[in-house]
Amino acid sequence: MALSKLENLYRQMILDHAMHPHHYGFLKAASHKLELRNPTCGDVLNVQVILKNNKVAQVAFSGSGCTISQASASMMTDEVLGKTPQQIEKMVTTFSKMVTGNPPQNYEEILGDASVLEGVAKFPARIKCATLAWKAIYQALANDQQESTVGFMRHDQ
Amino acid sequence: MVKKMSEYRADFPILNQTVNDEPLVYLDNAATAQKPRAVVQAITNYYYHDNANVHRGVHTLAERATQEFEAVRDKVAKFINAPSREEIVYTKGTTEGLNWVAASYGSTHVKAGDEIVISYLEHHSNLVPWQQLAKKTGAILKYIDLLPDGELDLTSARRQITDKTAIVSLTQASNVLGVVNPIKKIAALAHQHGAIMVVDGAQSTPHFKVDVQAMDADFYAFSGHKLMAPTGIGVLWGKSELLADMPPLEFGGEMIDWVQLQKTTFKAAPWKFEGGTQNIAGVIGLGAAIDYLSAIGMDRVQKHEQQLVNYLLPALLEIPGVTVYGPHDPAKHSGVISFNLAGLHPHDVATALDMEGVAVRAGHHCAQPLMEWLKVAATARASLYLYNNLADAQKLVEAIKATKEFFNHGTI
Repeated sequence: MALSKLENLYRQMILDHAMHPHHYGFLKAASHKLELRNPTCGDVLNVQVILKNNKVAQVAFSGSGCTISQASASMMTDEVLGKTPQQIEKMVTTFSKMVTGNPPQNYEEILGDASVLEGVAKFPARIKCATLAWKAIYQALANDQQESTVGFMRHDQ
Repeated sequence: MVKKMSEYRADFPILNQTVNDEPLVYLDNAATAQKPRAVVQAITNYYYHDNANVHRGVHTLAERATQEFEAVRDKVAKFINAPSREEIVYTKGTTEGLNWVAASYGSTHVKAGDEIVISYLEHHSNLVPWQQLAKKTGAILKYIDLLPDGELDLTSARRQITDKTAIVSLTQASNVLGVVNPIKKIAALAHQHGAIMVVDGAQSTPHFKVDVQAMDADFYAFSGHKLMAPTGIGVLWGKSELLADMPPLEFGGEMIDWVQLQKTTFKAAPWKFEGGTQNIAGVIGLGAAIDYLSAIGMDRVQKHEQQLVNYLLPALLEIPGVTVYGPHDPAKHSGVISFNLAGLHPHDVATALDMEGVAVRAGHHCAQPLMEWLKVAATARASLYLYNNLADAQKLVEAIKATKEFFNHGTI
């Protein structure tokens, strides 16, 4: 039956992350934070980061969303720990390329477990769900103010 | 010889295809309807034989195009029982119609302290224009509450509509909950208090007989594409005396009477609102769609959809873990059914249904305040039209069961 195709998207690891997300919650002393909304579906995602010595020492996310957006956020938090904003920028770009079907050769190395989301490329309607958390951390780190700000998803992202 | 309802499906070539290796079951009609051959052919004929700009040419094609363009005004007037063809203003859709009422009538008739009354049911296009108008004029935007099953609360309506109310604007049929509002009662209430009644007809005009005089509306807006016409064409109907009084919003060619160096006089309504070259092919397509619907008969369309709801609503309610929003009594529910599956986000549900060939919408349906009222982030929504059949409804039910199974048992 046609639902078998879903297995390319909803891999076990993705379902596990969505069911039991890592780093879910808030950080008291975040150095960078951002709220990002997906206007297409109304999902809201909060990302908070503590940057120490130019590396992500702690990260947390909260919000509600579909399996893909929650799993992607959970995996993102795993992968960015210990990384510099420059490394994260590269990860975000790589992730975007991967889910739009143009992964660079070493994408698995750059994205770690999050590369399991590559199946999203076959489901174009779900690309925004997958990229929400990655755009959020990218914009959060680019935001130098201590105040939480609201970011924007553009239609072409 | 009148065709059976089941025979109309063959007029829609798009429905005869597979999606993800499954036969397409199109249940996203509240977003946009599919187009019958008759509509596509009318547009093709226009471009192949009659294309010219309207109202300004002396030559034969220009005359033909103008006649067809203006003839649709009569068809629309008859279709919604407007007293005059000159009350039919072409727009690009419901959103534009409602925005024009807010920007033109609203900004010349609403002052600080006045009230604008809408409801929790409204689509953003019948909410944001009023919010903007309130912000600009200092008016107060008020909401009519809903009963627990999503029907409009008439007690709340009586409380919210007061002598300070200038405009009441409501949807005739909800794009989320499937409820149909008693516009006539609300219009009477609005008029008692000296307010005007604006009606968003986007979800009603395609599905049942609309009579703007019987409901005693002052303005009524609807879109062509939801009733099988092309996108980018819609209608704003308004009472003559109100349209006469309204300033145009777009100035330029076609809408003028006489232009001098320092001043200009405008044409009468509806033409003063139709600045610039209009969506002529869209208007021709709208005319063809109205002919198509009229040949079937709106009563038959409504009856057919109601029969499908009579099966679908109880069938969905029987599936454990399915929540249906809006009234559970099929008699109170039109062919727009919003639902969620326990523990699943509607986006995941919609992707799974798509793999089964079933097209539904998932999201907030441009009704975020209503989502808040329902205390959900989003819902899935199946919406019916005249070409859907019992097999479509059954396939939806089966596909929902399969989706539940897939996510519950993690068959991966």
